[in-house]
Amino acid sequence: MLEVSQLECRRGDRTLFSALDFSVAPGNLLHVRGANGSGKTTLLRSLCGLFTPDSGEIRWQGESARRLGEEYRRDLLYFGHHNGIKGDLTGVENLRIAATLDANRGDDGVIWDALARIGLAGFEDLPTRMLSQGQKKRVALARLMLSRAPLWILDEPFTALDLGAVDLLQTLIAEHVAADGLVVLTTHQEVELTAGGLASLHLGS
Amino acid sequence: MFRVFWCILHRDLTLALRRRTDVLTTLFFFIIVVSLFPLGVGTEKETLQTLGPGVVWVAALLASMLALERLFAADYEDGTLEQMLLAAQPLSLVVLAKITAHWLLTGLPLVLIAPLAGMQYHLTGESILVMMGALLVGTPVLSLIGAIGAALTLGVRGGGILLSLLILPLYVPVLVYGSGAVEISRIDFSATGPYFALLASFLLVALTFAPLASSAALKISLE
Amino acid sequence: MALNWFRFAAPSAFYPLAGRAIPIFWWLTVIPLVIGLVWGFFMTPDQLGGTNAQKEYYRIIFIHVPTAWMSMWLYVVMAGWAAVGLVFKTRLSFMMANAIAPTGAVFTFLALWTGAFWGRPSWGTYWDWDPRLTAELILFFLYIGYIALHSAIDDTRRADRAAALLAIVGLVMVPVIFWSVNCPDPNQCAALHQRSDLTRMEGNILFSMLTITFAFWMYSFATTLMRLRSLILERESAAGASWVETTLGKEGAS
Repeated sequence: MLEVSQLECRRGDRTLFSALDFSVAPGNLLHVRGANGSGKTTLLRSLCGLFTPDSGEIRWQGESARRLGEEYRRDLLYFGHHNGIKGDLTGVENLRIAATLDANRGDDGVIWDALARIGLAGFEDLPTRMLSQGQKKRVALARLMLSRAPLWILDEPFTALDLGAVDLLQTLIAEHVAADGLVVLTTHQEVELTAGGLASLHLGS
Repeated sequence: MFRVFWCILHRDLTLALRRRTDVLTTLFFFIIVVSLFPLGVGTEKETLQTLGPGVVWVAALLASMLALERLFAADYEDGTLEQMLLAAQPLSLVVLAKITAHWLLTGLPLVLIAPLAGMQYHLTGESILVMMGALLVGTPVLSLIGAIGAALTLGVRGGGILLSLLILPLYVPVLVYGSGAVEISRIDFSATGPYFALLASFLLVALTFAPLASSAALKISLE
Repeated sequence: MALNWFRFAAPSAFYPLAGRAIPIFWWLTVIPLVIGLVWGFFMTPDQLGGTNAQKEYYRIIFIHVPTAWMSMWLYVVMAGWAAVGLVFKTRLSFMMANAIAPTGAVFTFLALWTGAFWGRPSWGTYWDWDPRLTAELILFFLYIGYIALHSAIDDTRRADRAAALLAIVGLVMVPVIFWSVNCPDPNQCAALHQRSDLTRMEGNILFSMLTITFAFWMYSFATTLMRLRSLILERESAAGASWVETTLGKEGAS
């Protein structure tokens, strides 16, 4: 259970949102909507702990996320604007490092399977800078398949993906929600769920 | 814990090996600076022997400064640094691994090339030995303190110049005792003990606090 | 009556308070400064004895020593406010640290400048690599570094916190730096400055020196508060706080 109470965030001199209250229960997806500059990314970054909100609290399983620290971060997977992969390393190497950092499954078998499922079979041993924009994004998304974290926070995960990859990502999200996971995401696309609850939050007036 | 440390260390070393020029640039910068001084101040043996220790240390300072800019910058740009902040591991451990890798790639080569610089300045065998020892203990301190500055100036315009403005004053103690040890070894080899004790204590203190301060700085810079 | 100090942590509450305090601090600057200078010029001996006699020029001590003291003290205060800001997340503390920095840098520069003028007749040189001179120079670099880092970062919040961290790191390093330049050879130590001892000083000299120090301290308060007020206005009006316009409207009318 992720609970947010009285959250207020400012960026520079502007108040993006204030007195924000919501909660996400297991098996639910929260779709954060709003115009450009309404503070979607800042909200997602404060949920991760990357941005310190000006006031308010974020609680995970009843405890303050700030106090939980590493324990909270272990339960969390964040997918931001950057892919977070190194161009000089191969897909497998990238995922192996990500798995160690996130304390996730990281045996080579699992990683190769994940890369194959995301449609990168045959590209595993290529430095990722040789891949196309969409393929790089796929490498990054393969992290979702290795993840054991119950809480996924995804910032615009669908951009730069082709139709096949969009479908696959939809499936991954649906599977995660069906398995009692929590998802918070921003996207301009509609998300279809086969199971679990779907809620949406509007930022900005 | 140690798995993460090794993982990041291995990662940074691998990355550096795939971009070898970066490492070599620092090394050649050091060699060039050291070689330019005799052309400027004259090639008299006496003068060079007096200037040698200081010049080598200042060159080492500048070389390690130059490399610091890249310590976090690349990871910041592609978003991997963000992922490290969100890792289920203490950030200071990750930072310490990155600093270690950075030292292995920029500090250690300076220690190994130091005899060459020593010969250019007509230093005796004993002095060269002391210089290598002092660099071995002192350059990790430079990397550790420098990491704080590198984290603070991350993504800031004119970051490189700013970094030197912030960090060079903090390098003074290492410079004083590092070159002091070499200086004194020309007179009395046995008097170098206290210098090494001081440098080693700097290293221990920096090892304890610098990773914490750098991770605090990284959190501020990535907001 | 229990006074709620945190009430004044809000910029809107602090702004008028600072406005009322500034004239008081200016008076506290001017009066002691005049007394101290008059006393220093006319009530003190023309020549100092000792092993190397100093003539009239020793009177630069009345500016030199107070500026040097203030330069160090203000750095401690600045780092203190920076630490308070980082711990309690109060915006006003960061602004305070920010407002102190230029005054501190000016005092540091003055200490170096007057020191050079004093050094010329007494040591025969404008500059010497004496430990205290070197340490003061490095302190100057630390101030400049703080100001430069703050102005290089566009996002005020990040600038505040990054510069605050730098100030604290600097504060930790200052004793080590001072000690290392003071004692470059751990086997023996020496310094050009004579060991100073306030109790051995002639009474009139001590009086004017301390009076001027007090004046400079109050001057720091006055300039810091003035700078702080404009910082508050700048940031709060940019953040769209409504009280800024009402306050400015009132000030314009009166």
